[in-house]
Amino acid sequence: MKNAVIIGAGTAGTTVANRLARRLRRDWMLTVVDPAPQHLYQPGLLFVPFGGRLDVERPRGRTLRGGIRWICESVDRLHPEARRVVLGNGDAIPYDLLVLASGARTCPGETPGLVGTETGGTVHDFYTLEGARALRRALESFPGGRLVVDAVEMPIKCPVAPLEFLFLADDFFTRRGARDRVELVYATPLDAAFTKPACSRALAFLLEEKGISLETEFSASEVDAGGKKVRSYDGREIAYDLLVAVPVHRGAAYVEASGLGNEMGFARTDPRTLLCKADDHVFALGDATDLPVSKAGSVAHFQAEVLEENVVRAAAGKSPLPASDGHANCFIESGRGKALLIDFNDTTEPLFGTFPLPLVGPFPLLKEARRNHWGKLAFRSLYWNFLLPGRPIPIPNRMSMAGKRQPASAAA
Amino acid sequence: MPTVEYAGRAVRTSDEGFLLDPAEWTREVAEAIAKEAGVWPLTDAHWTVIDFCRADARREGQPPGLRRISTNSGVDMKTLYRLFPKGPGRLAARIAGLPKPQSCV
Repeated sequence: MKNAVIIGAGTAGTTVANRLARRLRRDWMLTVVDPAPQHLYQPGLLFVPFGGRLDVERPRGRTLRGGIRWICESVDRLHPEARRVVLGNGDAIPYDLLVLASGARTCPGETPGLVGTETGGTVHDFYTLEGARALRRALESFPGGRLVVDAVEMPIKCPVAPLEFLFLADDFFTRRGARDRVELVYATPLDAAFTKPACSRALAFLLEEKGISLETEFSASEVDAGGKKVRSYDGREIAYDLLVAVPVHRGAAYVEASGLGNEMGFARTDPRTLLCKADDHVFALGDATDLPVSKAGSVAHFQAEVLEENVVRAAAGKSPLPASDGHANCFIESGRGKALLIDFNDTTEPLFGTFPLPLVGPFPLLKEARRNHWGKLAFRSLYWNFLLPGRPIPIPNRMSMAGKRQPASAAA
Repeated sequence: MPTVEYAGRAVRTSDEGFLLDPAEWTREVAEAIAKEAGVWPLTDAHWTVIDFCRADARREGQPPGLRRISTNSGVDMKTLYRLFPKGPGRLAARIAGLPKPQSCV
């Protein structure tokens, strides 16, 4: 009996497990290791602070196909040279092939002042369910003042989420007749609101229209929770009445310790084959990698299709195909019942056009539309019923250029 | 894509000023970019960072992100912000003739 072990059962790990369960032959035992009994639908966390659905979790057993062995334990160490995973309870699991889908974790403790008595009071974080719920209570009773959303450092999961939060906050306070009492500020270490310059050019008007101030190249060094200020490494200060911080992200501690990861614990990964650079019996995908792609569910989905093929090939002693192109797409909730959709990959910035089909769409790219908002809401159902189980979704894996065109300003 | 003259050489850059062809970089080009960006004079401390970025990019196949520079070059975050104001990761990469660091994705 050979062993294929997947560490982590988030979006990437679950999708890969369900796909491999259908493909690997009976002489392979497929094991998933994840200590959390519930699968969390992370995209739902954005809406929780604004009164959105609280049912963002499902029992993990329901998300994994029969025939998959799920071990509900944490991982303590990886031993790549011995091809063993040591669990928190001391058990050792041998593997012939390993998939790291261990994700990225938020580390608020890395920023002095971010964790303390004010956490849950004037300092918040919506990247966990607990944090999102506390923020919901704080927003309900927010009397007014300056609300600052600060992305402490890059990379973060879902790079657009801090902006979406502000767009939804603009809506939220407007609907309550309180918008003129609230100042909204976005502080980011980037040199623009959006990571992709094509997006910044096409979408900068949204921040202006919604009255959101932008503080760029702001790298938070510490939070003065008593004085209600966030400070940058170069001595700038932003005062706040409510701080929503997106903390420093790191990969799993055991990835860092194993030698497979970089200084932030992200697995050093080949961008095309998804093999770990340091070990050709280990694959990595999703938020766990060091790849220069967005940490987003769509990226994990497209990578999972490539990784499925490459694990099956590796199981048969064949070399992997360099098929991953960093494809990502992203619905950006822009408030007032509308959303934007962007589609891009390693080499191509977001372009105008329609998605997934040229001309017919139905979703317009790089512009606001109500249709895109419904797309985002329908996505929740697509996630549980198609994406996670690894059922085919009719979107081509590699980004298609059909029907796409450059925004006019980029041609200059 | 613009062509800019640095230190008497015509150098092709991206819209954001990053060198498109690493072979066109020289230390004089670096000095010209730095001067234009207001980072002048380039001290030993600056060169420690620039040389680290170039060596690391050669090893890893991508320019280092800011956290990586501060962890591995021996120059801490506060100093990096003093040496290369505003966006040190991006600025150091540009002066070092490297592509824009993609850890900002």
